Amino acid sequence: MVTKPDLTTQEERKIALIPGAEPSARIDPWWWLVVLAVALAAILIFTQREYNSIFRFILPGLRITAVVTIVSYFLMLIFGMIGGLGRLSKNFIFHGLSSLYVEIVRGVPLLVQLIMWYYLFPSLVQTLGDRTGIEVLSSYRSDPIVTAIIGFTFCYGAYMSEIFRAGIQSIPKGQMEAARSLGMNYIQAMRHIILPQAIRVMLPPVGNEFVSLLKDSSLVSVVAVADMTRRGQEYMSVHFNPIPVWLFIALMYLIMTLFSSRVVSWLEKRTRFER
Amino acid sequence: MTPIIHIENVHKHFGRIRALRGVNLDVSESEVVVIVGPSGSGKSTLLRCINRLEEYDAGKIVVDGITLDSTQNINAVRREVGMVFQSFNLFPHLTVKQNLTLAQCVVRNRCNEEAAQVADTLLKKVGIPDKADAFPMQLSGGQQQRVAIARALAMNPKIMLFDEPTSALDPEMIKEVLDVMTALAHEGMTMVVVSHEMGFARAAAKRIIFMDEGQILEEASPQNFFISPQHERTRLFLSKILHL
Repeated sequence: MVTKPDLTTQEERKIALIPGAEPSARIDPWWWLVVLAVALAAILIFTQREYNSIFRFILPGLRITAVVTIVSYFLMLIFGMIGGLGRLSKNFIFHGLSSLYVEIVRGVPLLVQLIMWYYLFPSLVQTLGDRTGIEVLSSYRSDPIVTAIIGFTFCYGAYMSEIFRAGIQSIPKGQMEAARSLGMNYIQAMRHIILPQAIRVMLPPVGNEFVSLLKDSSLVSVVAVADMTRRGQEYMSVHFNPIPVWLFIALMYLIMTLFSSRVVSWLEKRTRFER
Repeated sequence: MTPIIHIENVHKHFGRIRALRGVNLDVSESEVVVIVGPSGSGKSTLLRCINRLEEYDAGKIVVDGITLDSTQNINAVRREVGMVFQSFNLFPHLTVKQNLTLAQCVVRNRCNEEAAQVADTLLKKVGIPDKADAFPMQLSGGQQQRVAIARALAMNPKIMLFDEPTSALDPEMIKEVLDVMTALAHEGMTMVVVSHEMGFARAAAKRIIFMDEGQILEEASPQNFFISPQHERTRLFLSKILHL
C-alpha cells in the first residue's frame, strides 16, 4: 500500500505535487538579491574609510527619506480611499470634486507640485493674511518636511484614487447586492465584503506606489529637505568625490526598493485566495 | 388578513425599456408564489424591487407594513427579506461558516456563540454540516446555493426571495437545492420564487404568476395553470417549456 503524506489543506496537497514547491522550499529566491545588496553595503561601510564617512554623513538624510515616505504613504492611502470612493459615488458633488482632483493633479508634474507647495502656497497664505489682517496667516512659514509630506500625499493620492476605484470596480456587483440584501448598509458592506476582496486586487499596484514614492522622495532635495539625496549633494560639494557618493546612495536606494518589493510580493502571496 | 407583500401599480424603466408596466400583486403570509415567464418579462426586476435592489419609478410597495419609499427604511425591510441569487454571490474570502455569521454580527449584533449555533443548525438543515470551514470555491454549485439559502435564513427573515436559484446549476445539482426550498415552503416560509422549475412550481407553489412584457398576464393555482391556462400567451409559453 502506498503511504500518503499527511497533508491537511488542499493548498498544501496541490503544492506537494510540484517538485521544488514544497512548503519548506518556498522562500522567494529574489530575497538573495536583497541579502547581496545589504552585504555589499556592509562590506563597503566596514572596510572602506571613505564609504564609512559617507554613510555617517547621509544617515540623518536616510531617516528623513524614510519618515517622509512612510508618513506620506499612510496619508495617501486615506486620500486614495476617499478619492476612489468619490469617483464611484453617485453623489454629483462628491463625484465631481474627486474627479476634478484626480484629473488636475495627474496632469501636473510632481516636481512642479512640490515647488508650488513650497513657494507658492506659503506666499498665497501670507497674502491672504495681509489682506484680511489675520496675524497667524501673514506670519506663516512652511516647514520643509511637512510641506514635502503634504505634496506627496496630495499628488500620489490622486493616483491612489484611481487604483482604489479600479480595485473596487473589479469586485462583481453581486457581492454588494448580496451584502445589502442581508441588511448591511453601504459602509458595512464596503468594510466587510468589498474592501477585503478589493485589497487583494489592489495590493500589487498599491505596493508599487510605495516603491515609486520611495524613489520620488529624492525630489524633495530641491525644496530644502535634507533627505538622503540632498545630504549626498552636500557631502559631494565638500569632498568633490562624485563616484563613491552617488554609487553608495544609489545602492542605499536600491536596498530599500528591493526590500519593499519583496515585502509586497510576500503580502500578495499571503492574501491570495481562490475566486 | 393584510398581505405581507403588497405591490400596487408598480412601474420601472431602464432607460427607454419599460421593465414593469403597472404590476399589482399581493402575497399573504406563508404563501409560496412562483413567478414564471419568458426572459425579459420583468420577473427578476419585480423581485428585486421587493427588497429595493432596484428602485421603482411609480407605484407603491409595502413589505411587512413598511412602505418602500425612502432610503431610511430600506435596511429595515432588508432585514426581514432574505434573497437568494442565481449566481449564489457567496463571499469568497470567508469560510462557509463566516458567510453565515458575518451579517448576524454586523447587522443583528449577534457576534457570539449564538451566531455560530445558528450557522451550525442551518448548515445541518441544508445538509452540509461538514463544509463549515470550507471556502465557497471548494464547494459544488449546488452546495454553494444551499449555503446561500442558509446565509439568508441566518437573518431570520419573514420572507424569502429566490431569483432563478437553479438556473446556474448543473442538472444533477438542481434537486438538492429544490429539496431545501420545498422543505422551507412546508415549514410555512413566505416565498416568492422566480424559476423555470415547473416541477417545483407544481409541488410547492400555492399560486403561479405568469408575466410577460412587464405585466402580470395570469395568476392561477398550479392545477389550473398547467391544465387550463386562460391566456393565449401563457399557453404558448407552456407549450414551449414543457415540450408538448
